Amino acid sequence: MSEADLKKTPLYDAHVAAGARMVPFAGYSMPVQYKDGVLKEHLWTREHAGLFDVSHMGQARLRGVAPLAAFEEVTPGDYIGLKPGKQRYSMLLNKQGGIIDDLMAARPDDDGLFVVVNGACKDGDYAHMESEIGGQVKIERLEDRALLALQGPEAVAVLSAHAPAVADMVFMDAAVMEMFGVSAIVSRSGYTGEDGYEISVPAADAARIWNALLEDERVRPIGLGARDSLRLEAGLPLYGHDLDETTSPVEGGLNFALSKKRREAGDFPGAARIQKELAEGPSRIRVGLKVEGAPAREGAEIADADGKVIGVITSGGFSPTLGYPIALGFVPPAVAEVGAKLNVIVRGRTQAAEVVPTPFVPNRYVRKI
Amino acid sequence: MRFTKDHEWISVDGDIATVGITAYAADQLGDVVFVETPDVGKTVKKGDSLAVVESVKAASDVYAPVSGEVVESNGDLSGAPETVNAAPEAGGWFAKVKLSDASEVDALMDRAAYEAFLGTLYARNNGPDALPPPHA
Repeated sequence: MSEADLKKTPLYDAHVAAGARMVPFAGYSMPVQYKDGVLKEHLWTREHAGLFDVSHMGQARLRGVAPLAAFEEVTPGDYIGLKPGKQRYSMLLNKQGGIIDDLMAARPDDDGLFVVVNGACKDGDYAHMESEIGGQVKIERLEDRALLALQGPEAVAVLSAHAPAVADMVFMDAAVMEMFGVSAIVSRSGYTGEDGYEISVPAADAARIWNALLEDERVRPIGLGARDSLRLEAGLPLYGHDLDETTSPVEGGLNFALSKKRREAGDFPGAARIQKELAEGPSRIRVGLKVEGAPAREGAEIADADGKVIGVITSGGFSPTLGYPIALGFVPPAVAEVGAKLNVIVRGRTQAAEVVPTPFVPNRYVRKI
Repeated sequence: MRFTKDHEWISVDGDIATVGITAYAADQLGDVVFVETPDVGKTVKKGDSLAVVESVKAASDVYAPVSGEVVESNGDLSGAPETVNAAPEAGGWFAKVKLSDASEVDALMDRAAYEAFLGTLYARNNGPDALPPPHA
């Protein structure tokens, strides 16, 4: 895709004015970093508050007679049990139990479900939902909305100065509220492991709100480079890298998203495979690795102590917070125990790696106030 | 100093060439977090991978601007990779190569030619009327 074909978010001009380095991502021209660079942006988010433009992601409303029940036909999540004001992580599954995309779906109000999907997958996601449950729900793509994320320990203080009610939310709460003179859809969630918010606002107001948040000296703009290193430290998988259409939720380490009720009912796509993997264990599973030496990046092979290749790194890099390389990869369950000594092969050289718990950096979600 | 279009520099003293990357390259890479320097005794041909620099985002090869044998490797970088950003054209050097063909040096750009080359890169990325950044 040439530069000219790339789409722009409503914040494109603000990024360029701030000195961002723009790169193609999910069909959009997106800021990979600003003047501070990835390392400083990463650490700033862990210490203060980072502001991210994630408007490339797909936002949609699902409305109908029974949108929650319909959504359960394409996901393994307990959405019928989702209370108003709450958000839940789940995934679209294919008939083989593979992950088409992972997503957040919320009930910020009584207007059906508010769904946020990955930018690179959104057209396929909407087509899939249309074909599977289009007879039961009307899917409205919210193309006229931008999505901002404000992440970090100071996010609550920054945002509550503009909208006091956000301080009363806990992790995975979702609400519609007035802020900056617009009706915003807000959730207390994110993709960094930090406390913070994701804020959907009208596209026409996005630049004004972006600039208003940046006026607070605790807030700096953060690019996709640091977004990736932050989510990696948080042990959060990235679709298209750590998860794809062959990966099941069990392999992907996402059992938390399979509710007891849905597991027992087996009433979701690919349930036979997923129930079998839950009972007998999967053939591979996602693990976190602490790597010695050079960073092991996507595609690097994982070998056992005898040098036999047993798996592959699906994302990896240098952890700015920890000061050493970390990675996510898939290995057989027999060697997936924390403490297992493995090797990774980087540019033909064998380097030591150890299975460690994820998140690599403890998350700081606010679960009660 | 002489320069390549891949943004390496060499500084020649007798038949020994010290190799590094330019300030422009270091800025483009971002914060360097890991450097892999070559083993002493390794023979490289011009254009071979000589070293690898890793930023938070990605790994990048550093290519040998000249052919020869590695006679010294900058071991300080393993404990202080950030030197590549702080002093790319001084303490951030990667290796010293004993030249096997001194004429290869003459084919490289001098600083004026390299800066003109950076100007064309900048114009291509930002339009013909754009002013280059101060370091270009």
